[in-house]
Amino acid sequence: MSLMNYLVLSTVLFSVGATTVLVRRNAIIAFMGIEMMLNATNLALVTFARINGNLHGQVLAFFVMVVAAAEVVVGLAIIVAIYRTRRSASIDDVNLLKDVRDPA
Amino acid sequence: MITTIAATLTDAGEASTGEAVLFWVFAPVMVLASMGLLLARKAVHAALSVITVMICLAFLYVAQDAPFLGVVQVVVYTGAIMMLFLFVLMLVGVDASDSLVETIKGQRWVAVLGGMGLLVVLAGVVMTVAPSTPTGLDGANTPTNPEALAVVIFGSYAFALEVVGALLVTAALGALVLTHRERLVPKRDQKTRMQARVQALGDGALLTPLAAPGVYARHNAMDVPALGPDGEPLELSVNRVLKVRGQEADAAEYAARIDRVLAGGWADDELPAIEAAKDATSEEADQ
Repeated sequence: MSLMNYLVLSTVLFSVGATTVLVRRNAIIAFMGIEMMLNATNLALVTFARINGNLHGQVLAFFVMVVAAAEVVVGLAIIVAIYRTRRSASIDDVNLLKDVRDPA
Repeated sequence: MITTIAATLTDAGEASTGEAVLFWVFAPVMVLASMGLLLARKAVHAALSVITVMICLAFLYVAQDAPFLGVVQVVVYTGAIMMLFLFVLMLVGVDASDSLVETIKGQRWVAVLGGMGLLVVLAGVVMTVAPSTPTGLDGANTPTNPEALAVVIFGSYAFALEVVGALLVTAALGALVLTHRERLVPKRDQKTRMQARVQALGDGALLTPLAAPGVYARHNAMDVPALGPDGEPLELSVNRVLKVRGQEADAAEYAARIDRVLAGGWADDELPAIEAAKDATSEEADQ
């Protein structure tokens, strides 16, 4: 089995994650789509490390995991803060910056 | 080590048969679970799908000569991040459903088309690229994978590691600041509640607890009012519910017994009259 199969699996997971971010309106599910994209890149990085025969790809995947942990903490805190003020976890309801003036 | 044997590449750079079996067992599961994230109606089901994908990824990491990353994947991603997601799901409400209203017309189909286009482009790039023969990590993972990783992380990437540490501290502080709530009204502690009760004393409020029913009289039943030191019945001592239901005993009769004793007679002097009244009420009840 060629190692390219891992990369194809990674692209499939990445595409599904990206589609989730675009399609789903629930902020938490969209956020999970972002996590899926990060995981897919990690799989690609680990495979690259194996192809090239050095560990820099694995180190990069490790840093991606750490940054993802920090990102999740802040992102979920933002979702909770928005939920407290607007009583909604939907992305469509966060429209305070939208121009709602009467066009007439 | 079993993982090392499974991960060893052939001379042509192909993975072993055992690894191929592992991959073809896990890859369909992962793709199906990712579809679960995309299509699940409930957020909890989506979270469970993502957990499935992440655990399968941990297996693939171990198979690919990255046991350290496999363990970190389970501990950090599945154990910490996804649990955080589930906590926030419980906080926000499990039944927070997806709105089906499209704010931009046709956005959903455009998004699906874009996702498929992305898949075609990415997979096409991966398939058409001409890879060199894979080297494998047998040489790099000496003596073991975690030790070799430590040499690289604390050698070439020491500065990046420190920056990431600063990032983690900042993220923790940011979460604290974002979820902090200012107190709009002063906190009601024991002292302020005590002062409020003393101030309400002028309006007829009681500082002491209410008298328990019946304890000063000859009866200790719940429906008999307590008698005060002056022999007067204390109406407040009977439960409000009993009064609403009309199940309160006649306070005046029990107070009258005290008066009869004080006048030099017996408390049960007019017992026949009471018995007659009781018989009348029981007959009414029978009818």
